[in-house]
Amino acid sequence: MMDFQYGWLLNLICYLPLAGALLMMAFINKENSTGIKTWATLVAGLDFVISIPLWFLYKPDGVEFQFATQFDWIPSVGVQYIFGVDGFSVLLILLTTLLGFIAVYSSFTAIAERKKEYYISLLLLQTGMLGVFCSLDFILFYVFWEVMLVPMYFLIGVWGGPRRLYAAIKFFLYTLFGSVLMLVGILTLYFYNAGGLAALGLKGLGNVPTFSIPYLYTIAPLIPAEVQFWVFLAFFVGFAIKVPMFPFHTWLPDAHVEAPTAASVILAAVLLKMGTYGFVRLSMPLLPDATVKAQGWIGVLAIIAIIYGALVAMAQKDMKKLVAYSSVSHMGFIMLGLFALNEPGLRGAILQMLNHGVSTGALFLLVGIVYERRHNRMIAEYGGLAKVMPIYATFFLVITMSSIGLPTLNGFIGEFLILIGAYNHSWVWALFAASGIVLGAAYMLWMYQRVFFGELTNEKNEDLADLNRREQWTLIPLVIIAFWIGLYPKPFLDRMAPTVDRVLERVVVAMPEAETAADRVAELAAVPGEEAAGEHGE
Amino acid sequence: MTLAQFVPLLPEIFLAVAGFVVLLLGIPMGRRGVRPLTLIGVAALAVTAMLVWLVGRPVDGPEAILGGMLVVDGMAVFFQLLMLASSAVALVMAAGFLERSRYGGGEFVSLVLFATLGTLIMASGGNLASLYVGLELMALSVYVLVGYFKLEVKSNEAAVKYFVLGAASSAILLYGISLVYGSLGTLDLEEIHASLVAVPSANPMLVLGIVLVGFGMLFKVAAVPFHVWTPDAYEGAPTPVTAFISVAPKAAAFAMFMRLFFGAFAPEVEYWRMVLWVAAAATMIYGNVAALTQNNVKRMLAYSSIAHAGYALMGLVAANQTGAWALLVYMLIYSFMNLGAFGFVILLESKGYAGEEIADYAGLARRHPAAALGMLIFMLALAGIPPTAGFMGKLYLFAAAVEGGYIVLTVIAVVMSAVSLFYYFRIVAQMYMHEGLEEGVIPAELLRDRWTGAMIAVCVVITLAVGIYPAPVVGWAKNAISAFGL
Repeated sequence: MMDFQYGWLLNLICYLPLAGALLMMAFINKENSTGIKTWATLVAGLDFVISIPLWFLYKPDGVEFQFATQFDWIPSVGVQYIFGVDGFSVLLILLTTLLGFIAVYSSFTAIAERKKEYYISLLLLQTGMLGVFCSLDFILFYVFWEVMLVPMYFLIGVWGGPRRLYAAIKFFLYTLFGSVLMLVGILTLYFYNAGGLAALGLKGLGNVPTFSIPYLYTIAPLIPAEVQFWVFLAFFVGFAIKVPMFPFHTWLPDAHVEAPTAASVILAAVLLKMGTYGFVRLSMPLLPDATVKAQGWIGVLAIIAIIYGALVAMAQKDMKKLVAYSSVSHMGFIMLGLFALNEPGLRGAILQMLNHGVSTGALFLLVGIVYERRHNRMIAEYGGLAKVMPIYATFFLVITMSSIGLPTLNGFIGEFLILIGAYNHSWVWALFAASGIVLGAAYMLWMYQRVFFGELTNEKNEDLADLNRREQWTLIPLVIIAFWIGLYPKPFLDRMAPTVDRVLERVVVAMPEAETAADRVAELAAVPGEEAAGEHGE
Repeated sequence: MTLAQFVPLLPEIFLAVAGFVVLLLGIPMGRRGVRPLTLIGVAALAVTAMLVWLVGRPVDGPEAILGGMLVVDGMAVFFQLLMLASSAVALVMAAGFLERSRYGGGEFVSLVLFATLGTLIMASGGNLASLYVGLELMALSVYVLVGYFKLEVKSNEAAVKYFVLGAASSAILLYGISLVYGSLGTLDLEEIHASLVAVPSANPMLVLGIVLVGFGMLFKVAAVPFHVWTPDAYEGAPTPVTAFISVAPKAAAFAMFMRLFFGAFAPEVEYWRMVLWVAAAATMIYGNVAALTQNNVKRMLAYSSIAHAGYALMGLVAANQTGAWALLVYMLIYSFMNLGAFGFVILLESKGYAGEEIADYAGLARRHPAAALGMLIFMLALAGIPPTAGFMGKLYLFAAAVEGGYIVLTVIAVVMSAVSLFYYFRIVAQMYMHEGLEEGVIPAELLRDRWTGAMIAVCVVITLAVGIYPAPVVGWAKNAISAFGL
């Protein structure tokens, strides 16, 4: 089930930023601002470079988890250190390392004080995020999941806007609240696999206690519906807050508006993906029965998020807040695709996770660029910017188009696949999803029109400088990827295909129409017993 | 009785002698003697620890000594070493603080040694009488320590409050013991356990006795509703004393709790489990919620230690193997993260007084980045955020409760643990996100005190090391509790 070749590479990718941060902490003086910037850029850039081989070395037809590492961490309770990735996590890791680099590179002039602590936080955050995507043991996963919150708290709270203290602690408490409930779910699953939960009269399966996610996949069909329901609920709170799904989204606008640009980019591009990653990696394959039963409810919540997020975005006067609410709408889209529980839906949703990372990340960068010049993000302050900042206007246009799903750009492929998936599930879903796309086009284009077209009315904008070389280079990779996915998405779809197939295979067991479900459960139930017998026999 | 029978008692005998020696040496040395006496005290604790290790090691199973008054088993060794280590850390942390004060060192060091001796007996007592003697020895020494700054009103007030309530709780405990003795005719834990296994009893007198003993113990670990003394005693006591009493006596009280309820009263679990369930839930909720509004760091840490007692009680409620060793692990982790946090309270000085207000931490990250980082690690650990040991400790307690099937209690615990982040991070926000340069604010200064600093460094190392690689500690604790047939 695991391929250990090049396991060291994954560990190197994950811990390189941590090592870089520790070295910077120890050896670089806090006054040496050039040194700090160079070092941080070097570390983040190197991390991206060494993550590129994952793209080529990953074998879509190979075993499920590759580049694996596995050893005992806390043997007496069955906690292991397991790293390993499939195609889906490879894509997210590449997204993370690329955006991590861009976040560092884009902060050179935006961050004026306490630079050393800032870049250390960014690098630590990078290790935390990569760890989440690499971990295949529940406790390890949980450790990274929470570790990540601390640097983000500091990024928002120290370098954020006027209400930063409030936004930072709100972000931390919200996500922590969700994740601790997830921990209870994890422990329930763990004891169900092992000795059971005494006072509830719940007999366990009596297997060797383990937190290994690949192992727990194999026992998923044996978990009774009631247990699945409660564990799913616990996971759901954790992931839904992270996504964020309506009605758990209220921390997001606050965090985004107050966070410095780079933190917003990371937050939108990577942190939000952890919620959807959790659904695909954990909730769906481990709790198929509950997943199928929750499908309708989650669909409704996703549709509310799509429509509500779009409508609220339309009413915003602040560009950053508009982009933040557009994230709520787009993430609703992804959730809808995931919970269509069919191949096009899932493929589209995973692709859209990348697309959202690229285009919303770029949008936050763009808003940050103009904010750095004017210290103002109000749409009404601008108008006619296309005349003074033509390059900026061009980039903004491309990214806007990518965000609203114009054909030839990435958003189109993702949204199209999600629509097919939603339609295959129910035409009502497709109807609402399509209306969300229309609304999305409306608020984005309307903002674009108000900011860039018309007369240059505000004289403060008259001598704004256009993008410099560095700013262009933070955006160019994202634009290239936007076109790449838009024109030739096959490499991306190929890499995620095994994950999609396996997840569906595991979920389909619980679908009412699957005739073979009962047989499959019986077949899987027989496996652990046989294995045990075989071991004893030998 | 031969001399050989006293060999297992060597650690206790040695520590008692050392306590008296320090007391006598303290008379001629007076105030100048703080540091040398501290060193002697630490050396005595180290030798005691070595003796505990030597006496405890060759034992295959639990060994009863002095006719069952004391028991040498894995759990006793674990707790005794923990208490000796944490007392030593607290003692070294106190040295600079005492030197800056106008009080001498002799009595202080010897009282800490006597209190530690009491905790050793609480951890290894095999008889209700010896446990009670250990408890009182610890408690009486601690009452005096709380009032050690005899010219400070707050210190006196704290000592009196602590003493009056402590004496009342001891009376309740003693009454409970007498009821147990009255119904079973024995004080020996082994015999109590054996007779309850043979004939499970619903005798109301016995059940009342067990519950009253439980109430007495809940007072000692500062659980709701027996917690009211804690904030005042913690705030009023000299800070190093607060650090000490929040750690060693609390761990000892949990050790005694385990001896009594996992050892002697285990067959009656159905009667006491509900009581402890309610106490654990109330303690976690009240401790954490009350801590939210505290502006005095010592008071905040007092409520936080109440909350931590609530988490630890979950291990007792679960009453299973996991619960028992999780409690051991948690006590170890809690001791060092709490000592570390108090270490910074000891070091902070504002306008010539101790810097006890949260606002005193403003801008610490800018002026003393290393110190702020250390405090951040302890705050993360107390809030239970990985990769610190605080997370690992809580994880096992939560696991024990889930294994027992107490999901509601676990949910209360995890939600409250998320709430706790808010007050711990009030300090973090002060350190990193406030400047301390506003008008009228004089930020507190961090004193240069090598000894305290070194002890804080030790606590940081333990907090991180156990958080990242907890396997050895977990393995040790798991072996240590094999004595209980849970």
